[in-house]
Amino acid sequence: MLKQIEGSQGMAEAIALCRPQVICAYPITPQTHIVEGLGAMVKDGRLQGCEYINVESEFGAMSVAIGASAGGARAYTATASQGLLFMAEAVYNAAGLGLPIVMTLGNRAIGAPINIWNDHSDAMALKDAGWIQLYAETNQEAADLHIQAFRIAEELSCPVMVCVDGFILTHAFERIDLPTQEEVDRFLPPYVPVQQLDPDNPYSIGAMVGPEAFTEVRYLGHQKHIDALEVIPRVADEFRAAFGREAGGLIRPYRLEGAETVLVALGSINGTIKDVVDAERERGVKAGAISICSFRPFPLAELNEALSGAKRVVCIEKSLSPGLGGVLASNLRMALRGHAVPVYTVIAGLGGRPILRSGIAGVIEAAGRDALDDITFLDLNRSAVEGQLTRAAGLRESGPIAENLLKALNPGLVHRVSPRRAGE
Amino acid sequence: MNDQAETGGQRVRFYQTGTHTVGNRLMDAATRTVQSSIDRSNAITSGHRACQGCGEALGARYALDAAMRAAGGRMVAVNATGCLEVFTTPYPETSWQIAWLHSVFGNAPAVATGVAAAMRATGRTDVRVVAQGGDGGTTDIGFGCLSGMFERNDDVLYICYDNEAYMNTGVQRSSATPAFARTATTPAVGPHPGNVFGTGKNLPRIAMAHEIPYVATASVADLHDLEAKVTRAMAIGGARYIHIMVPCPLGWGSASQDTIKLARLAVESGLFPLFEAEHGDVTAVKTIRHQVPVEAYLRPQKRFAHLFREGHEDHQTLAAIQAMADANIRRYGLLGEGKA
Ligand SMILES: Cc1ncc(C[n+]2csc(CCOP(=O)(O)OP(=O)(O)O)c2C)c(N)n1
Ligand code: SF4
Ligand SMILES: [Mg+2]
Repeated sequence: MLKQIEGSQGMAEAIALCRPQVICAYPITPQTHIVEGLGAMVKDGRLQGCEYINVESEFGAMSVAIGASAGGARAYTATASQGLLFMAEAVYNAAGLGLPIVMTLGNRAIGAPINIWNDHSDAMALKDAGWIQLYAETNQEAADLHIQAFRIAEELSCPVMVCVDGFILTHAFERIDLPTQEEVDRFLPPYVPVQQLDPDNPYSIGAMVGPEAFTEVRYLGHQKHIDALEVIPRVADEFRAAFGREAGGLIRPYRLEGAETVLVALGSINGTIKDVVDAERERGVKAGAISICSFRPFPLAELNEALSGAKRVVCIEKSLSPGLGGVLASNLRMALRGHAVPVYTVIAGLGGRPILRSGIAGVIEAAGRDALDDITFLDLNRSAVEGQLTRAAGLRESGPIAENLLKALNPGLVHRVSPRRAGE
Repeated sequence: MNDQAETGGQRVRFYQTGTHTVGNRLMDAATRTVQSSIDRSNAITSGHRACQGCGEALGARYALDAAMRAAGGRMVAVNATGCLEVFTTPYPETSWQIAWLHSVFGNAPAVATGVAAAMRATGRTDVRVVAQGGDGGTTDIGFGCLSGMFERNDDVLYICYDNEAYMNTGVQRSSATPAFARTATTPAVGPHPGNVFGTGKNLPRIAMAHEIPYVATASVADLHDLEAKVTRAMAIGGARYIHIMVPCPLGWGSASQDTIKLARLAVESGLFPLFEAEHGDVTAVKTIRHQVPVEAYLRPQKRFAHLFREGHEDHQTLAAIQAMADANIRRYGLLGEGKA
């Protein structure tokens, strides 16, 4: 059924259709509307057979999900940013225990400086936790990926993180086609755990594994991701057959025929990128794009093949690995073995800065002249950072970068703390 | 004291210790301990790797066997990281004969909440959930999750095995470490050796402040009492908390054969009061027949050796510890009606 609703509500409804049995909720922008929506559905009886638990922290949220999943229930939670880091230890643990938890990550920057807006720093921080990471391009896909996520997670006994861009997707009102309960029930059978806590068949789960077996356990965890490279596209195919639309899969190439400059990105920015590619193609510029849906597992072979004709690859990245540059680009270089193709990083959209079509067009133009640096910060306020660097070169300043920058930008704004008067 | 009693027409001699301990042989079958029963669950079976005389191994075994009996075997246990977890599950071996899950150090209460929710959601409402952790896992790193579980009144019995330090990592101070005790991070050096006086937290009382249905303290020195409290806790729904003192020969620097004796002296000195509370109010205390001076409890433990240096006994500190015991005796009326 078509509905004009907020992305978070669309996701909440899609998640409810998956019949989660335990939902753990803790507020953090921009994810909160999803768990609020689910809470209302549990409370008014639309979502039956579900335990909705208001936990005391994100660490608690993931921990409750771990217990619930190990106890044989379909478990779901959602978080973002600081919340993901707060639960980090349990996030790794869920993957290590092979628990098919599904979590929405409303992608948001990580502080300091604190920032509630969108980028991918949170997801990147935990990219190696053993979770499958799927990125949604649109609100429709955000809803659909959750339905696929439970299938993938439960088939592989591996947790799945559905990454949705904060605000851009979570808070945007769009037309979303929501399937019926019967349709989802046909696609997603009830959860049958492979191993669960059961007094009739007692297992010890979560034992201490030493050097003699740890490598093997990790190898097998890696192998789940290798298997996921087959499962994810298969589930996307089945989804298309069942619901009649595209969602998920490993990668989505766009206008790659004869493309010389190929932009690669994760998530919602691909919409803008495709618009720019269309415009460039109109002008005769041979541009193309790839939207990566599955960042973990990373589809090395598919990317290698899709990029075989490219002259240059530009990663538009919403995160930064300080001291290295772009995480996506460094991953992508591994996919390009055998191709002598330069891979550029464009850091864009950090902390919610809008990525404009003009900015992307400029990147394509510079790339076409092979004039891009290895790493470019899109729309960087050069005079601000250079002023600060010059000041810092003369005067060693410790302390918060954001506040130091403010001093340079507007010295009048800096509060001077007056020495306390005696007796105060 | 030597005494005699009637059991099934047979006169048997027994030795009654200074407390109210009574041997199983003297009791009718129904009131005998779970531990003495051949059909106990053996939740933790032999072959684990605890140190000799480990109070935690005893306490966990007593508590879980009693809980298993109370739950009719329909039980799942969740464990925080710590000695108990490490010594029972050196992969690929396990000492657990019950369904058991370990996630991480600080989340056992939340994991247990999740297991209980799963049992409800999947229609297995008869399955009970017990969570357990050491004092560090409970009073420090797991405290937020524990308070959340209490506050929501989740259907979980949480058991803290209090050996008064982070033992698994080599005896570091926790917020349950007693004043003046030597640990690896509160060494017995300098002008104020050992753990700082006036620090630490009293978790049973914090649990009571949540007004949960049941809170109790117990000791491995009093098996009947411990089992009775676990059994009572298992008969109630909602969040329940039992704090069991479990001496640790390695961390306390005590002889492995003294574990029960020290646990008993902790109670008899008044340093570790045994009580029960319901919905925030103390409902029962275990009285002490003869109060022993704290010195009797402290002296056999090397972690307090700096208080008893030859010719330099620290009378001031001993008096401070004695005052703590006396305060407990007054607060809980441990000497019985009208005696303090
Ligand atoms: C997050 C985290 N921090 C620290 C540790 C290290 N650690 C493991 S067990 C332990 C001590 C446990 O102490 P306690 O809870 O008192 O249990 P005990 O071993 O004394 O029974 C510590 C500090 C850990 N595993 N995880
Ligand atoms: S260190 Fe202490 S708690 Fe740990 S196994 Fe040894 S005696 Fe038991
Ligand atoms: Mg301890």
